[in-house]
Order: sequence, then C-alpha cells, then structure tokens
Amino acid sequence: MNRKKLQKLTDSLTKNCKHFSKFEVKCLINLFYNLVGEVTERQSVIIGLDRNAFRNILHMTFGMTDDMIMDRVFRGFDKDNDGCISVTEWVYGLSVFLRGTLEEKMKYCFEVFDLNGDSFISKEEMFHMLKNSLLKQPSEEDPDEGIKDLVEITLKKMDHDHDGKLSFADYEQAVREETLLLEAFGPCLPDPKSQSEFEAQVFKDPNEFNEV
Amino acid sequence: METSGTTVKSEEVDKNGEPLLYLSVPQIKIRSFGQLSRMLYIAKNMKLKEAQACIEANRNPVAKILGLDYNIISEKIGNSFVSNILDKITKDDDSESEIKMKIALQLKQLDLHLLNHSLKHISLEIRLNPGTVKNDIELLKQFSGKGKQTVLESIEYTSDYEFSNGCRAPPWRQIKGEICYVLVKPHDAETLCVTCSKEGVFLNGGKTDDEGQINYERKGEIYKDLVTLLKEKSAIFSENMSKQEIKFSEQPQKDQPNEAPKEEVAITHKASVTSRKSTQEKNRINLGRSQLTKRLEPSLNWRTSVSSKESRNTLRDTQVEKHGGKLEKSRSSVSPGRAQLIRKSVEKIEEIISDSSSESEEDEEQPDHRQEANADLPSEYWQIQKLVKYLKGGNQTATVIALCSMKDFNLAQETCQLAIRDVGGLEVLINLLETDEVKCKIGSLKILKEISHNPQIRRNIVDLGGLPVMVNILDSPHKSLKCLAAETIANVAKFRRARRVVRRHGGITKLVALLDCGKHSGEPAQSSLYETRDVEVARCGALALWSCSKSYANKEAIRKAGGIPLLARLLKTSHENMLIPVVGTLQECASEENYRAAIKAERIIENLVKNLNSENEQLQEHCAMAIYQCAEDEETRDLVRLHGGLKPLASLLNNTDNKERLAAVTGAIWKCSISKENVTKFREYKAIETLVGLLTDQPEEVLVNVVGALGECCQEHENRVIIRRCGGIQPLVNLLVGINQALLVNVTKAVGACAVEPESMMIIDRLDGVRLLWSLLKNPHPDVKASAAWALCPCIQNAKDAGEMVRSFVGGLELVVNLLKSDNKEVLASVCAVITNIAKDQENLAVITDHGVVPLLSKLANTNNDKLRRHLAETISRCCMWGRNRVAFGEHKAVAPLVRYLKSNDTNVHRATAQALYQLSEDADNCVTMHENGAVKLLLDMVGSPDEELQEAAAGCISNIRRLALAIEKARYS
Repeated sequence: MNRKKLQKLTDSLTKNCKHFSKFEVKCLINLFYNLVGEVTERQSVIIGLDRNAFRNILHMTFGMTDDMIMDRVFRGFDKDNDGCISVTEWVYGLSVFLRGTLEEKMKYCFEVFDLNGDSFISKEEMFHMLKNSLLKQPSEEDPDEGIKDLVEITLKKMDHDHDGKLSFADYEQAVREETLLLEAFGPCLPDPKSQSEFEAQVFKDPNEFNEV
Repeated sequence: METSGTTVKSEEVDKNGEPLLYLSVPQIKIRSFGQLSRMLYIAKNMKLKEAQACIEANRNPVAKILGLDYNIISEKIGNSFVSNILDKITKDDDSESEIKMKIALQLKQLDLHLLNHSLKHISLEIRLNPGTVKNDIELLKQFSGKGKQTVLESIEYTSDYEFSNGCRAPPWRQIKGEICYVLVKPHDAETLCVTCSKEGVFLNGGKTDDEGQINYERKGEIYKDLVTLLKEKSAIFSENMSKQEIKFSEQPQKDQPNEAPKEEVAITHKASVTSRKSTQEKNRINLGRSQLTKRLEPSLNWRTSVSSKESRNTLRDTQVEKHGGKLEKSRSSVSPGRAQLIRKSVEKIEEIISDSSSESEEDEEQPDHRQEANADLPSEYWQIQKLVKYLKGGNQTATVIALCSMKDFNLAQETCQLAIRDVGGLEVLINLLETDEVKCKIGSLKILKEISHNPQIRRNIVDLGGLPVMVNILDSPHKSLKCLAAETIANVAKFRRARRVVRRHGGITKLVALLDCGKHSGEPAQSSLYETRDVEVARCGALALWSCSKSYANKEAIRKAGGIPLLARLLKTSHENMLIPVVGTLQECASEENYRAAIKAERIIENLVKNLNSENEQLQEHCAMAIYQCAEDEETRDLVRLHGGLKPLASLLNNTDNKERLAAVTGAIWKCSISKENVTKFREYKAIETLVGLLTDQPEEVLVNVVGALGECCQEHENRVIIRRCGGIQPLVNLLVGINQALLVNVTKAVGACAVEPESMMIIDRLDGVRLLWSLLKNPHPDVKASAAWALCPCIQNAKDAGEMVRSFVGGLELVVNLLKSDNKEVLASVCAVITNIAKDQENLAVITDHGVVPLLSKLANTNNDKLRRHLAETISRCCMWGRNRVAFGEHKAVAPLVRYLKSNDTNVHRATAQALYQLSEDADNCVTMHENGAVKLLLDMVGSPDEELQEAAAGCISNIRRLALAIEKARYS
C-alpha cells in the first residue's frame, strides 16, 4: 500500500471515528497490517482478519475465553458479514470496543448477546450464554437447575415489561440502573487492565506489537 | 592548719590537747566528725575509697568513739537495747555518758539508714518488686467487678500517685521496703487493706476513719504474693481464680472447640458485653463466637462445615502467621474459606498485641444476635441463601448477576442484612474484594456499603478482616471503586476497634490522599464506565475520615498525613454533600489543641462562619459544633465575630425544632460569649432574650449550653437586667433541682452571677434559690459543690438580712464548715469564700466557731495554691473577729504559714494575707510568731505597694508588732 493511500485512509477513518486521534488511527492501521501480514494488494481479494485470527487476538490480548462470546464479538466487528474484518471494520470496532460511550457499548453488547439477531434476548439465548457460568456441584441432581434459576433471576431483574424476553429497551433500562449489567451475559468488552495495557503498547510503539 | 614537713596538724585541739586532725604521710588521724567530713569533702571523687579505707582501718568504730562499754550495747537489738540505755543513764549520771549515748543512738540510726538504703537497691531483684506487684494488681483489676464470674468486687490503690521507681508508698515507708497499699474488696469479706512490700504481702492496720491515713502496722502474716494472700482470705476468690487458671491453661491446647463446655461459651459471650477485656479473654471470645454460630445453625449444612473447618484452622493459621510466613491468598471467588480465615487470625493477633487505648467508645460493641435456626425465617432468607450459593459457585458473569440481584433486596432491612451474614455471604463478599475483577469488587462493595449500616455487620466485617482489603482498594486506579471502598469504610469505622484497624493498615494516609484527588486531573482516563468525578472521591474520603476521626490516634494520624490543609481547601467548595463530612471531620478533630491551632492558621473559621448561613441544617449544626469546640480560644472567638458569625448564630436560635442543631448553636454561643465584645453583639441581636426563652422545655444538652451562655452574659450589669426583665431568674432557679452535673455547674454559676444584682437577689430569695444552692453543697461532685459555693457568696452578700437567712438553714453552717475537710482545692477556696461572707454576721461567726472552723482553717494553711491562699487568708481575717479566735489560730499554728503567703506572686494573696496578719497581730503571741518568721521585712515591702488596702493592713500589722516590742522593752527596763 503506498504512502498516499495510507494517508488518505487514515484521514477518512479519523474523520468518521470520534474516539481516536489521527495518531491513534494510524497506529491501529499499522497494527492491522502487521497482523494481517503484508498481503500484496489485489483488487478482487478482500484483505482482513478472519475469524480465527481475530479470536486469537481477543484471547491473547484481551483475555477472553468464552468461544461463543468471542464468535459474537467477531460478528459485532464484522459489520458487512463477509467473514473477515477489514481495516475499516477494525478501527470502527475498536473504537466502540475500547472507547465507546455507554450508549454505543450498550448497543454493541446487546448485539453480541442477541444470538439470533431477532432484537430480543430470549430465555434460551440466556441459558445458552450462562450455561458454563456455574461450577458443577456434585450434590445437584439436575446440573441445569442452577442455570435455569439464574436465568429467572436475570429476567426478574431486567425484564421490565414481563414478556419473558429482553428487548433492547429492557436491557437499556436495566443497564442505566446498574452499569454492572452491561456485560450481563458474559464479558464482551476488554477489562480495564488489559485495555490499558493494549493501549499503552499500541499507541506508543506499534512495531513491537508483533511479538505479542 | 599547721604544716611542718610531711605532717599537717589542725589548730583545733581536743580537751586533752591532741590535734583533731593529724596527717603524717601515709597516715591520717582524725578525732572529730567535723574534721572527718571536711576530710571526705576534700577527697571528692575519692570519697568512697577514703571512707572505705577509714572503716577498714577502724573495725569497730562505735567502740572507738564511745569507749568499750558501748560496744556491747550496739550489738544488742530490740527491747533490751532501750532498757539498757535507760539503765546506763540512770546509773552514771554524768553528762559525758549522756552525750555518748546520744551519739551511739545516732550512729545506730545512721547504720540502720545505710542498711535500708543499700537494701533498697539490692532488694529490687528479690521476691516482689514494684513491677510484679503492679502486674498482679492490673491483672486482678481486669477480673474484678460486679457479678459472680469475677474474682473480686474491686481492687484499688490507696494512692493515685506513683513514684518514678514504681512504688506508691510514701518515701519514708519505701525505706522499709513497702511498695504500695491496696484496698481489696472480695465478694465474701470486708474490704482488706493490704501492704505490698518487698518482703511479701500482708494485711496492715487499715485506713483510719478520721484522717484517711493508713495504719502501717503489720496485722497478719506475710504471704509470698497478693494472690496467695487473697486465696487465704476469700473463698470465692480462690474458687474463681482456680477457674480462671483452668481457662488460661486450657486456652493454648484448645484446638478442638467442639469439646469446650457450652457453659463456657455462655460465660465468654456475656463477658463480651463488658468493654474492658483482657487480651486472653478476647481471644476466647473469638473462639466462642465461631462456636456459637455453629451451634445455632445446625440446619445449614454447608455453613456448618465451613465453620468447623474455620475453628480448626484458626489456631494453626495463627501460628503460621505469627512466624511471619506469608501465606498465599486464594484469589478465586470459588473457595471462600481460607483467605479470610487467615486474615481473620491476623486480625486477632493484632487485637492481642494492641494495647487498649483511651479513646471513647461511642459505638459500644454489642453482643451478637444470631438468628435462631428454628425461628420462622422470612422468604428473603432462602432467596439470599441461593444467591450466595451462586456467588460462591459462579464465574464472573454469574457473580455479577447474583450481586445485582442481591442489591435489589431491601438491604436497609435488618432481616436481609443478617440473612446475608448468616448464610455466609459476608465471607464471600469480602473474598470478592480480593479478586482482580473490578465488576465483582464494585458489586460487592455496593452491598457491603448498605449492610454495614448495621452495627453487628460492621463488627463481623472487621472480624472477617474486611477492612484491610478495603483499605487496599483505596489505591485502586478506579475512582468509583475508591469511592465505594471509602464509603464502606465510613460505615464500618463507627467503632473503635475498626478505626484502629483502618489506622494500622495505613488507611488514614490513603483516605487523606483521596481528599487530594482533584489535583491529579492529568491521569489517563480509565474506562469511563467506572468513573466518577474527583469531587465525589474527595467526598467519600472525607466521609470515611469523619468516621475515623472519632478516635484520638486517628485525629493525630490525619493531621500528620497533612489532612488539615486539604480539608480547609475542600471547605471552600459549595457542595453541601462535600461540606458536611468535611466540617464533621473538623468538628470531631477540633477537640484536640493541635487542630484548633491549625484551624486558626488555615483560616477555617471564616468558612465555618460562611457555612452557618447555608440552608442545610446538618451543615449548620456541624459548623456550630466546630465553632463550639474552637471557641475556647480567645482569638478564635474574635475571628468568629470579625467574620460576622455571631448574627447567624443568634438567628439560628429562633429555630428550635432541630434539637441537635440547637444544642450545637447554643454551645457555640456559650463559648463565644466568653468574650465581652461578643456578648455586646449578642445583646444587639437580642440573643439574650431568646436564650432566656430557651430555658424551658429543652433537652439537657441544649439547657447546659443555654445556661452556660447566660452565665457568661450575666457578668455584665446590663445583661443581668435584661435577664431579670425577661423573667429568666425563675426558670434558672428551677433548674437548680436537676441532676445533670454539667448543667448544675452552669446553673449555679448563672444564678450566682444574677445574685450580684440586689433586685435579682430578692427574686432568688423569694424563690428559695439560696436554699437550693445550699443543698447543692451536698452534691457528690466537687465541681458542683464548688460552683454552688461560689454562687452562694453574692447571695449572702446581697440578701437582705443575710445573717437571719443563713441561720434559717437547719444544719447549713455545720455543712459548710465540714466542707473544709474536702481535698479539692477549688471546693476549699469556694467554701472559704462562703465562710468569709457568713462570718460577717457575728452570731453566725459564733456558731461556726463552735463548729470548729478555726482548727479546720488552720489545717489548710500549708497550701501552695494561690487561689485557696487568698480566700483562706480572707476567711481567717474575718474569723479573727470573734472571741479568742485570734489566739486559737496562733495555737493551731496558722500564723507561720500565713507569713509565707507574703512571698507569693499574687497581689490578691498579699492583700488578704496582710489583712489577716493585721487581725492576728492583735494577739501578742502571734506577733512573736510573725516576727520569728520574718514577717516584718516582708510587710515593710508591702507598705510600699500601690494597693492602699494592702499598705494599710501591712502598716497596721507592723505597728502592732512594734508596739509589742516597745512594751516589752519598757517592761524590761522599768
């Protein structure tokens, strides 16, 4: 990619992305290309991070472990649903992921949790997401009993219109009352510690990121 | 001295012509004590060696000095010795042997003295010494008190004063090896008066009734220590003592609490009510408590298992921690048990090490009320139990959900608070604080913050070692975490032990650092989710400091951490939420002199005054309270006035609904009105009228301050008139029947001040106020007695027909005279003043003379207290006016000490003394005594004083002495 094009890309991304400075965008673009590898640019081939590469980053850099959530985060980044994250999607995604406002993050998280994309988080989806959240207790006859109960507790707490599933409005209201519920069904945002580590590393000396 | 060659002879010779000192190197012969002492003096540093050589050279000094006859005598001891001497004296009736006898006696005494002196040094190592005796008594003190479980009812020293060597016996008894005297009251016997000496412990003759002196004679056999003696004297003591001993010895091996008898749990549990606990006891209580939990909750299986594991581990962990081994803390939220257990035992050790401080305990630790397992448990209980289960067994996501759900319970309700604790939730919540999960920490703190409003939960949190963890969180980069931790600490640190833990873990410094939050705005912004404003952080810090500042040591720590300038800066903000804790902290700390000085220096008064004008009642209250504390200082009082603080204070008086605030405001007015200028202002603002209105239907805290303020205002004529006009005298007199000691002191002062006005005095007399004041002389508290006595003075001065009034109080005069036996200087001075006034009436003077006022006054004469001296001298001069009292004072040896008063630095003392001496000098014998004691020269100086009364009295006295001298001369030569 020639210098001029890079400059142009940086400018346009900076303009559209309010959370990053120009320098930061540049660092992120550099990082992106470092991660992807210098693929010679061909018009027809889409370059970007595929699912596995992205999950690897989430796991290594942000300490995420839940496969399903990581898949959903990938989906959240991959706006055009082409199975691969382009440089634009990368910068926009990280913008919310790292610096998003509460509104942006709520929207993002809700999308992550809405597994089938029907704009509701159903009981089944919750069950699915929470099913590994409790330690198996040997005394328990039905290992799913606790999970079901947990789902009920969550619904009682968040389902304000009592329709047995969470709409975005339900979710938004609950989160505004208690911010801790933002990531109610699993960590899909970086924890503050790894986030600050990431930022410190990337925005200072982007070339060293290769080693991670 | 005559010197010739190598010999030196003294010029002095004895009656045989031998020189008293004969030195011919290397020998020296000395024949008199005078020369001997001079010789030793010359020897200087070699003194000891010389003396030693001297004694070595003269193996039997007594025989040498007195002749061989006396050799035998000095060998004998006891009764035969004395009789022998008597025999000798009667047998050979010459003067020489008498002199020899005297010398022999003195030598004997010197010998004894030397022996005792050296014994005192040697005996420190043998048998009892002050240290062991003190330890014994302190230990017994801790186990004495009311109730059957204690070993003694009471044990106390007869004397509060402890000499630097640890003894409490007077020096002339210390020589005999006596250390101290103790009054012991066992449950089943009379009070025993015991002497503890180096030889052992024995009963002495007891306190004599009239003087309070101890009869030092030994009355029983010597025991090896106090405990042995008491075991012998009191059956209950020995019984209870053996129980205690069992407990003591049991404690170290008691790692199986299950075996401990239930009864003991009950005992220790009860013991926890008493605030003074021995460290051993504390340890047992902790063990007992965990047992108790277990015993009452048999149905909760998992809890039981934790609990028993807990008790088994406790001691082992204690051991481990003691050896300084740093144990790995479990970080996962899944295993709740161990981490806290370790912390808990660390806490316990802290407790044991820590000395009991003198801080006041506002939030008395109460006994635990565990919920009975069989009682009907509310549904919340089971729901909370379930949530706690998810907290323990869930990952981060489940934990957050459970925490959020738990927060939805009514955490202000005691049922829920106790339910969380009883199902083991506290352990889990505290454990969560040690994880790395910010969300879990926040959720946990949010719950802890709410439930820590409950005093029992606070205590449990401390027991579980929650405070050090929270103190560590104060360092977190997340401001909302800092806030929550500080707020929780603010709630928990409501009792002394908790405050101490906070301090010990460096919490005060960290909290003070929170106050400074606003400065570091340059910090990189963290995830905005957990952010709050700097102001909020500072507010929470102030809130926690407010709680902590109730302990003296913490006040010091806050100051040392540089908290005062920060508080002063925060005081300039205008957020009420911020101001209340800041002013609250300042108000709490202003009880310390250091702080008051700093408050003045940091110009805090100005802001306090400003905030008096706030709308917030609580803020007003704390500001007024802070002013109340600080206004002891004159400069501060002026500052309050200069910054216009008096007007808001006066206007706040009109709102009487909020009693706390009213108490604070009236307190501030009281202290401010100590300055005259402030009183003038208050009069302008019509505050005095309002204060009079507050004399009725107010709680005691308000009344104390109102009356105090009026007492100060009454020092001026105008204000006295105002108070009388507003009908303030009646309610004041009515308050004389109260029982609150502080109130009585203030009321008597105010009434006394009013009585200066003859018109007011009429009202007081009509209301029988004088009788009420008089009966307060019987009040047990010396401050009240003294204050009542001072108040009586103007009453007697200004009452019409005062003499008749005083006589009308049956037994009143006797009561007053008997108060001269008090040992409180202020009481004595005030009573002297009263007697001065009483004695103005001849008839009453006669009566008090009959009651023996003269010997009592004479006995007081040897005082160094100038106030007492002055009033005593006045009284004496007044009492001289009757009968042969002048002569009687002389007989009771009051004259010589009075002469010494003239050397005092106080002119008032001089004046009163000169007058007394003038009166006394009417008696010839007294004149002689005065002259002997060098009064004339002192009085001559006084004649030159600018004080006319003093001049006159001194001159009168001198003229009396002179006249006597002339008369004697005349008698001699004619």
